[in-house]
Amino acid sequence: MLLAIPTVALTLIPLGFIVVSAISTGADELWRLLVRPRTGELLSNTARLTVATILTAGVIGTAAAWAVERTSLPGRRILHPLLVAPLAVPAFVNSYGWVSLATWAEGFHGALLIVTLSYFPFVYLPVAASLRGLDPALEDVARSLGHGPVRVFARVVLPQLRPALLGGCLLVGLHLLAEFGALQMLRFPTFTTAIYDQYKSTFSGPAASGLATVLAVGCLLLLTIELRARGHRRYARVGSGARRDPERVQLGRATLPVLGAVVALVVLALGVPLGSIVRWLVVGSSTAFPVGDLVSAAGTTALLAALAAATATVVALPIAWLSVRRPGRWSTMIERSTYFGSALPGIVVALALVTVTIRWATPLYQTTAMLVAAYVILFLPRAMVSQRAALAQAPPVLDDVAAALGAGPVARIRRVTLPLIAPGLGAGAALVFLAVVTELTATLLLSPIGTATLATKFWSATTSVAYGAAAPYAALMVVVSIPATLLLTRRTGGATAT
Amino acid sequence: MSLNLRRLTPLAAIAALALPLAACGSDDSSSGASTSGKASSDGGSVTLYNAQHEDLMKLMTAQFTKETGITVKMRNGDDLEMANQIVQEGDASPADVFATENSPGMTLVDRAGRFAKLDDATLAQVPAQYSPTNGNWTGFAARSTVFVYNTTKLKRGDLPKSLLDLADPKWKGRFGYSPTGADFQAIVSAVLALKGEAATKAWLAGLKANAEPFDGNSTVMKAVSDGKVEGGVIYHYYWYQDQAEAGDNSKDTKLHFFGNQDPGAFTSVSGAGVLKSSKNQANAQKLVRFLSSRSGQRVLADSSALEYTLADGVAANKALPPLTSLDAPKVDVTNLNSQKVIELMQDAGIL
Repeated sequence: MLLAIPTVALTLIPLGFIVVSAISTGADELWRLLVRPRTGELLSNTARLTVATILTAGVIGTAAAWAVERTSLPGRRILHPLLVAPLAVPAFVNSYGWVSLATWAEGFHGALLIVTLSYFPFVYLPVAASLRGLDPALEDVARSLGHGPVRVFARVVLPQLRPALLGGCLLVGLHLLAEFGALQMLRFPTFTTAIYDQYKSTFSGPAASGLATVLAVGCLLLLTIELRARGHRRYARVGSGARRDPERVQLGRATLPVLGAVVALVVLALGVPLGSIVRWLVVGSSTAFPVGDLVSAAGTTALLAALAAATATVVALPIAWLSVRRPGRWSTMIERSTYFGSALPGIVVALALVTVTIRWATPLYQTTAMLVAAYVILFLPRAMVSQRAALAQAPPVLDDVAAALGAGPVARIRRVTLPLIAPGLGAGAALVFLAVVTELTATLLLSPIGTATLATKFWSATTSVAYGAAAPYAALMVVVSIPATLLLTRRTGGATAT
Repeated sequence: MSLNLRRLTPLAAIAALALPLAACGSDDSSSGASTSGKASSDGGSVTLYNAQHEDLMKLMTAQFTKETGITVKMRNGDDLEMANQIVQEGDASPADVFATENSPGMTLVDRAGRFAKLDDATLAQVPAQYSPTNGNWTGFAARSTVFVYNTTKLKRGDLPKSLLDLADPKWKGRFGYSPTGADFQAIVSAVLALKGEAATKAWLAGLKANAEPFDGNSTVMKAVSDGKVEGGVIYHYYWYQDQAEAGDNSKDTKLHFFGNQDPGAFTSVSGAGVLKSSKNQANAQKLVRFLSSRSGQRVLADSSALEYTLADGVAANKALPPLTSLDAPKVDVTNLNSQKVIELMQDAGIL
């Protein structure tokens, strides 16, 4: 509990900043800024896109996971990594890929298409891992009681997938609320892009924090809904015996359509952006290869991402452990509170840290430490969700057994708990790494003078429509993201099923 | 929980150790990109908050470093973002010099009392109309408002006579602009200074109804070139730059200069000034003096930036029509008010 407090305090800085600046703005000014048609426009855009994307990403991610994990789909060993690989293509690179080829990919439908293609792996990954970790015995029982395959899926499998599916959908929703680059490029204004516009005109002005207040309420809403839907159940298997591998559904004549659908998904999510990058590298008239800039930006990006991933993993663990192993009002509140920062756009978190450091911690202003702190605030939930899922599937009884056999607390953590949750820790760290590689607005604002990352270089090129000049940075972002993505594709979760 | 603590302490220690290390690492790896000239030059350094185009300022500061041995550390951003940032940083600001694309950002910092007075020799380098009467900053470049149009969609005779005509319902959905950028906001400040608040309000309401918003002038120009809209309000040099290169984003387009001292012929001044809080006054004054000096202006004229030079005796790039031929409206730079503009644009639902 003590370990969790500094982390919670850190993640609550942005919220505190919003509340304080809302109060100091005064009711009249806030009213002028918020109660106007523009706010309604943004609210409608943000809500429509969030709901629609959660639905499409949830359905597509779950369907793809089921096809790969539970059917006789041919080529699934290759398809699995390919379905995770879109994580290595940042959403704004995906937008760039589509927009620079097809000018119609704009507005609501363009945004829904592109954001879904970028975000469905957030659902696919945990659901696939859960499907692998499920004990098929329950399904056998259901079948023996006369249920058909559809009812077995709906009444036995789906409820067990709940933590993974909801966790994935929550990630999709939170990241969408905070998405900036992709939507700005697609000319679909939401709260986050509007906050950035305000920031460009006023830096840390009252209009930006006014809009952020509304966004914070949206985040609170999502968290509450997910918490309600998650409920309090146990998901680790009980009883004796070992889990066996599940029977795969024979697709038969449906093989070709299912395979076609999965391949089409991969082509849209991966083929289009990568093809577009290659095209601009080859034919773009503004393509340039400033080797020094490219190497230094890639090095800075990888270093910052590794640092943030390590820090986030360390600070998330005590909180994840509390929320799974010592559930209760306090631990839930602690865990939930760490999600706030991540639903707020990078720009708001950065403005909060800037304001706090200018006033009370000047030596930290514009330092790498501050930037890493912002990354931790923004991406802690990515580590948390993976760690929690891993902890939930690690039966606590093993810990008790080890204790009964005389293992001390340290030995139990080292020899029992850590090995069981190691894949979850790795997956969480990899997700944080990937997020940092593509982070834009907080980096722009907080980085020490002269620090440029691949994302900031890419962005400044695309905003001047130098698609060719942007291509090498986009390509490098993908390359830097590959190791972390590979880590995610490794068969994790539950007992090894290979 | 004390059990977990013991387990985690070494990890936390490693993380704590890694932080300062990484800080050094990233500074080293990026110093090549951020500073011009050699770090070993013994003229000291100066920190520039730069809202001008990064490419142009890199060229100009490189020449400055060559002449003085002073290295320049550059932080890049947008006009009003950095202006407000400097005001919030107050005395703790790391910036020595601030340079913008448009003057309203300079005025904002000046009104907050953050600028030191410039040397008289610096102010004497450009005509008096390009700096404020209090001498707290100076212009060093200028750009003209233009209407870029698609030649297959718009005939010469159908072009708007005045920028204010675009508020007319007949222009609904036919043109683009980049309302979130400091460039367009400077244009609005000129309309406000020339036509007053009521007319500006009405004009903005018309724009909200008629214009397609894009992010950035280049994006507006590309949309015009692609035929998504018939025309767009931008600054001249975006078009000349693209034409000088491959012309990918300005195919089938031409520029319409409003002239006639119309608000649409507004020329916006890029400014530079020294911050009062700078502990590096001497170097800071030198950098600002260089920007509007003949040497600095020659770098600008020879570059691919294609913005106008201001110093006497250094002609702008030959590709451009002379600045004096544009018949721009007379606007006092100190009257360009960004705060009021932002408020009006928020009230119009544009921001």
